[in-house]
Amino acid sequence: MKVLVAVKRVVDYNVKIRVKADQTGVETQNVKMSMNPFDEIGVEEAIRLKEAGTATEVVAVSLGVQQCQETLRTALAMGADRGIHVKTDEELQPLAVAKLLKAVVDKEAPELVILGKQAIDDDANQTGQMLSALLGWSQGTFASEIAPENGTLHVTREIDGGLEKVDLKMPAVVTTDLRLNEPRYASLPNIMKAKKKPIDTMEPGDLGVDIAPRLTTLKVEEPPKREAGIKVETVSDLVDKLKNEAKVI
Amino acid sequence: MQFGLTEEQEMIVSTVRSFVENEIYPHEEAVERTGVVPPEVAQEIKRKTLDLGFYACNFPEEVGGAGLSHLEFALVERELGRGSMALNHFFGRPQNILMACTGDQRERYLLPAVRGERMDALAMTEPDAGSDVRSMKCTAVRDGGDWVINGSKHFISGADHADFFIVFVATGVDDTPKGPKKRITCFLVDRDTPGFEVRDGYNSVSHRGYKNCILYFDNCRLPDGQVLGAVDGGFAVMNEWLYATRITVATMSVGRARRCFDYALHHAAERRQFGQPIGKFQGVSFQLADMVTEIDAADWLTLAAAWRLDQGLPANREIASAKLYASEMLARVTDATLQIFGGMGLMDDFPIERFWRDARVERIWDGTSEIQRHIISRDLLRPLGS
Repeated sequence: MKVLVAVKRVVDYNVKIRVKADQTGVETQNVKMSMNPFDEIGVEEAIRLKEAGTATEVVAVSLGVQQCQETLRTALAMGADRGIHVKTDEELQPLAVAKLLKAVVDKEAPELVILGKQAIDDDANQTGQMLSALLGWSQGTFASEIAPENGTLHVTREIDGGLEKVDLKMPAVVTTDLRLNEPRYASLPNIMKAKKKPIDTMEPGDLGVDIAPRLTTLKVEEPPKREAGIKVETVSDLVDKLKNEAKVI
Repeated sequence: MQFGLTEEQEMIVSTVRSFVENEIYPHEEAVERTGVVPPEVAQEIKRKTLDLGFYACNFPEEVGGAGLSHLEFALVERELGRGSMALNHFFGRPQNILMACTGDQRERYLLPAVRGERMDALAMTEPDAGSDVRSMKCTAVRDGGDWVINGSKHFISGADHADFFIVFVATGVDDTPKGPKKRITCFLVDRDTPGFEVRDGYNSVSHRGYKNCILYFDNCRLPDGQVLGAVDGGFAVMNEWLYATRITVATMSVGRARRCFDYALHHAAERRQFGQPIGKFQGVSFQLADMVTEIDAADWLTLAAAWRLDQGLPANREIASAKLYASEMLARVTDATLQIFGGMGLMDDFPIERFWRDARVERIWDGTSEIQRHIISRDLLRPLGS
């Protein structure tokens, strides 16, 4: 079984996000970038499937600017076998990403595609679902456990009420939740080997995909500053303020 | 000139950084409080380091190491320097001097050390022989075909966890025009050797949990096979293999200074006094500017010294400059951070007071600041005949 894992380059989770002065987006110049943490979980799961003898090959794919190759190298250093980079400097929205991934899936014919449930930059939580629809494949989103068995994929999903178990007919699309696994560190031998692993580079045009944005960003703003709290003397004061000022009860 | 790191080097840095943040930081407070690294924590760090192929990464591939260059190893240790010395001791980096092992010493000491099966400790310092190593009183004398060692060593880091020791001992005296000069020999001593004992050392203000011990030799008998290098050749092996250990102090000082600086920077941005963040006051902001400038300077000085070693260029003066500057920079940076934190900086609720205490030893061990200045100035003046 071949497994395709999508990895996105995002602003590192430790970085304090700043809005650009012209309000067109967030600042990414001179900012530490790394692999979307949910995608890291995806890479880890794919490697575990390979180690368990279920997967034969793990292919990491990243879409975007030249530096996405660094994200792919990280996936290769974790243990993925090879990388695919669809290079573009254009803004990629979830639908465009899903279409590009579909084109890559058509070429590569994996039996399983793993994506993060969302990327920590725009938190769209759309790409996996869109990809599944475009491919006409079954989907298991927010997975906290997956187990392939004779053409069926048992997926445990994290839902509001608890855990939901679904059986998917393969091929399938899975999106990872936080508790699926704990990603490994890249080992030193694998870091040294990563450079020698191949990364195929192509452009959206080569895949015949129209990536033109469907959505327009009007303005990006900082969330309003939290105002300092106050102390109230009595319970009735509190109830009064909740009722009349905060208007929450 | 090329100042960037390769992709591999970037990944090494980020892997070790994550390792330190996730595997070392969470245990630091307990180690500080108790002065002890729990054995299960030590084993866990060691096992993970072995699994990741980072254990003994300073050793060449032919003996099972990762064959990192001096520069790459400096990057690894720079990131380790962010974390507790007591804990990152188990991110094993055996002494390079073990490469001097020959014959069955390789099977008994070198290879098990690289595999993480046996831990080593280096013993040179004595109560009356600090910077003046050659004045050591611990001696070995010939008796039959053996050597008999008597004397003691102190400040032996990592001795509490060591399975064997690399010990420098006087084995004779030469008369020279400058007066008597001791001959030194290096021995490999197993922990359970009769006549040899490891005792608790002193409590240090720096690096709690990273213990220093006292070694006692009482008619400790060793066969010739325990000599590392040549008899009376102790200084030769020392100079060949321990030359670069000062880079460890320099690069770890840089790593710790960066961690400390992050606290200073964020505190300056968030702490408000007189209606504004204290970082807006020039008295604080200029301190931040000086701190980061000095950290960068120490970083480049250290990496450049390591790079020189990789190029096979003379590096003695450069290593001394790096060790001197980085350790003194760390003192200034930790002190300034504490000042920016004010009273809270002295409380053990924050790690600032710990960084400040830990920084003190860096100017002392592995050659004091004064010894480094001596090395630097001697290197400059000797060619001029003075």
